[in-house]
Amino acid sequence: MGTFLSLPSQQEFQDLAEKTGFSLEQIGILHRRFTQLSHGEATLRREDFKTIQDLSCNPIRCQIIEAFFDKRNLQKNGKGSVQEIGFEDFLTIMSYFRPPRLHMTEEERAGMRREKLRFLFNMHDTDNDGTITLEEYRHVVEELLSRSGALGKETAKAIADAAMLEVASISVGHMEPDEFYEGITFEHFLKIFNNIEIETKMHIRFLNMDTTTLCT
Amino acid sequence: MPSRTLPRVAAGLRSASERGLLALLMLMFLAGSVLPPGAASSPDLANRNSKAGHDHCQPSQELPEDRHNATKKAFPVLSFDYHHVQKPFEISLWVLLASLMKLGFHLIPRLSSIVPESCLLIVVGLLVGGLIKVVGEKPPVLDSDLFFLCLLPPIILDAGYFLPIRPFTENVGTILMFAVVGTLWNAFFVGGLLYGVCQIRGTDLGHVDLLACLLFGSIISAVDPVAVLAVFEEIHINELLHILVFGESLLNDAVTVVLYHLFEEYAGVGSVSMVDVCLGVISFLVVSIGGILVGTIYGILAAFTSRFTSHTRVIEPLFVFVYSYMAYLSAEVFHLSGIMALIACGAVMRPYVEANISHKSHTTIKYFLKMWSSVSETLIFIFLGVSTVAGEHRWNWTFVIVTVILCLVARVLGVVGLTYIINKFRIVKLTTKDQFIVAYGGLRGAIAFSLGYLLNEVQFPTRNMFLTAIITVIFFTVFVQGMTIRPLVDLLAVKKKQETKRSINEEIHTQFLDHLLTGIEDICGHYGHHHWKDKLNRFNKKYVKKCLIAGERSKEPQLIAFYHKMEMKQAIELVESGGGVKMPSAMPSTVSMQNIQPKKPVSDRVLPQISKGREEEIRKILRTNLQRTRQRLRSYNRHTLVADPYEDGWNELLLKRQKIIELEKKVGSFETPAASRSRWAEMTKMSNYLTVPAAAPDSPTMSRARLASDPQAYSSKPGSDNLPTIKVDLASPQSPDSVNLVDELSKRAGQGEEPDEDGGLVMKVPSSASGKDTKEDQNGAKDQQRLMRCLSDPGPSADEEEEDEPFLH
Repeated sequence: MGTFLSLPSQQEFQDLAEKTGFSLEQIGILHRRFTQLSHGEATLRREDFKTIQDLSCNPIRCQIIEAFFDKRNLQKNGKGSVQEIGFEDFLTIMSYFRPPRLHMTEEERAGMRREKLRFLFNMHDTDNDGTITLEEYRHVVEELLSRSGALGKETAKAIADAAMLEVASISVGHMEPDEFYEGITFEHFLKIFNNIEIETKMHIRFLNMDTTTLCT
Repeated sequence: MPSRTLPRVAAGLRSASERGLLALLMLMFLAGSVLPPGAASSPDLANRNSKAGHDHCQPSQELPEDRHNATKKAFPVLSFDYHHVQKPFEISLWVLLASLMKLGFHLIPRLSSIVPESCLLIVVGLLVGGLIKVVGEKPPVLDSDLFFLCLLPPIILDAGYFLPIRPFTENVGTILMFAVVGTLWNAFFVGGLLYGVCQIRGTDLGHVDLLACLLFGSIISAVDPVAVLAVFEEIHINELLHILVFGESLLNDAVTVVLYHLFEEYAGVGSVSMVDVCLGVISFLVVSIGGILVGTIYGILAAFTSRFTSHTRVIEPLFVFVYSYMAYLSAEVFHLSGIMALIACGAVMRPYVEANISHKSHTTIKYFLKMWSSVSETLIFIFLGVSTVAGEHRWNWTFVIVTVILCLVARVLGVVGLTYIINKFRIVKLTTKDQFIVAYGGLRGAIAFSLGYLLNEVQFPTRNMFLTAIITVIFFTVFVQGMTIRPLVDLLAVKKKQETKRSINEEIHTQFLDHLLTGIEDICGHYGHHHWKDKLNRFNKKYVKKCLIAGERSKEPQLIAFYHKMEMKQAIELVESGGGVKMPSAMPSTVSMQNIQPKKPVSDRVLPQISKGREEEIRKILRTNLQRTRQRLRSYNRHTLVADPYEDGWNELLLKRQKIIELEKKVGSFETPAASRSRWAEMTKMSNYLTVPAAAPDSPTMSRARLASDPQAYSSKPGSDNLPTIKVDLASPQSPDSVNLVDELSKRAGQGEEPDEDGGLVMKVPSSASGKDTKEDQNGAKDQQRLMRCLSDPGPSADEEEEDEPFLH
């Protein structure tokens, strides 16, 4: 399929490894997967993601795909989304899911935590305004429950509202009746995750062995 | 003699205030064991006693017949027949002793924070055993049958049923590694080196052969779940370490069982061939997998049975217990691992059973399991102490000291070595601190003792020496390690468990994360942990749940189920807090739905008017309702839960809670009786919690079945059925009227309710739909007063309030 030809040089891989923290083997495997998804082209588009079979039954599929094209996640300036991503961008997104290393200073750990949470936050905050509004939160819960039909839709609203109330009472505490809670800011978002060790939970196992041939 | 020693013992043990209690208890206990002077041939507990008592009873039963023929004796008015009740009486006494001891420890301030309960219980056991010996009786020994068939299962079932599945499955590789390889290593290391030591001249141990040593090693190497639970529950260590040590102690049972039977078998023959080793490995697989299989089958059966129990709620909890016990016994029949069967059974049945049974049954199960397991645990430790006094000991300094040292060394080496391997595969690595706690938490306990006790004295002449060494190791681990582990945890600053309630946000984000990680794995093309978990979840949802869960709840997604559970919990807290005026909330907060609701135009907010005629109608409805309640008082019935009014009651409370929040937003006019009834429910809330439940529309059986804590019942119905047809929105902050009304209401309701976290209930009524067909009336407060007047109607209410009140408090 010509993948051999499109393989970036060893030097490029080295640079990418330094930038994203993956090992060379992992980058090699991810690159093979990348070309498999993009059918040998240099960039990935949204349509390419939609062809992944396993992803089709994921309730939050749209958000996941959008996250790959979100400029905020790609560490580029500006907001909004891009139309296609290259391999480096693909790796950048993947690097959000790296597991923590054994010997990490507290600062590194906190930084990693912040980065991962920022990624999650961006997934919820679809309109880039820095807060997750009630509408956006409802949408998230609706998507989560999208597999359970009409029943889910109604309850989703209730759940999102209850969750929003909870956030409001945790983060603001006292509110006058005529005050208005705008939405979850990133700071409040951090507070929600106080009890979840996101740095150890949000990771996947990047293999050093090639399994792409098994997947379609 | 005993009466003189008693107070001294008591004084040594506890503060003066408890002395009386203890003395009384000791007297009672002694009375139980001393009373039959010479009657029971051995005062051994349970089994032996029963036989002795039984033999003794037989002639006395025949006696009256003989006499009947001979002479007629006056009918005895009062007779003394202790043997008749001896066995249950003594068992009860032991249980009572155990429970009172547990009670006593928590009465003494600061003691329970320094010394773990297990240590104190062993001390009590030693004292009691000593007392019995002083009196001249033979103290009972912890009988192995009693231990394995009665005392152990409740503890294991408790552990299995409440096993934290998520951390367990996430770390199952590590746990298995420690449980299987670690235990094997411990057994062979201790056994082998011990044999070496025994061969040294001058130790007087030359007669101990290798197989006996290995057998001893396999007995002593297994970490004991009872001891681990007892200590680890008190130190509140973080989830990961807890599940590592605890999981290991549960899963090593299969290894112990196989090794024990293997060595016991071959110790008789005296030689082991390569074939035997292979058979041993196969046997291990059969024992462990067979145990899990048996447990799973019974678990599924239990889940399936619970599907049909909706009409006989009273016996629901029993199914859980009996099926699990059957699983344990069935596994034991084939010498499979009973512990693994119990764990598998509990873990498999729980999600389905919980969805099927009523909330009350769930509480019952929870409490019974906790009660049984804690009594069992207490009894086990006390008996360990008593058995120490009772048993014949052969103390051999070399053997005992070498055993203790070898156990410690083997454990440390095993953990460090295995972690080195495991850390290569783990993503969250185990730190040195973690390794230390895992190694240090390897406590030994009553299982080892019971296995040692089971050894045949003829086959193993060194049995008593083994038992002594086992007891020493148990005491060493429980006392030294158990007492020092807490300060060490503090010293090393090991992360502790966070004691927080799981919030709805955490649940949402956990689920979101699960799906996200599955998605990313799919994009990477790695079929990893999350991928398979997702597949399993989908299979579970599609097929298994449909078969095992009755009704609608089988389709309920986890998030919704969690949400309903949370609502339920809040409702219960509400009931328990007494009438439900004040929402018990972790965070004192005044944030309410109106703060997060998107703003709406002001013009909609107006209040309905209540005409004189309407007022009259409400009065009438109130009266009929009250009368109906009188008829609804049911007679006692053994087969149904009589306390139904209670469930109605708090179902009502849920409804009321919902209404009072709604009231903040809207005031409805009363178009239908149903609507006015619900309105009335709100008003009762305001007027000193008049708490007569509204009449249920369906038949008693139906309502019972429905109300028996199916969360669906309240969450879906009340919101839509009792919805007032005309609604006025008061919620938006711009209206001064609404604020006034809310103030007014909260004043009447005693303390203003804090509706934070309640929003979900409110939202059942789509807020956009409100405020459509409104009648004009600006004076909300006056309106409200009129409603209050309706309530002050001198109907036949006074007595009724009293009657139903207790159900809600």
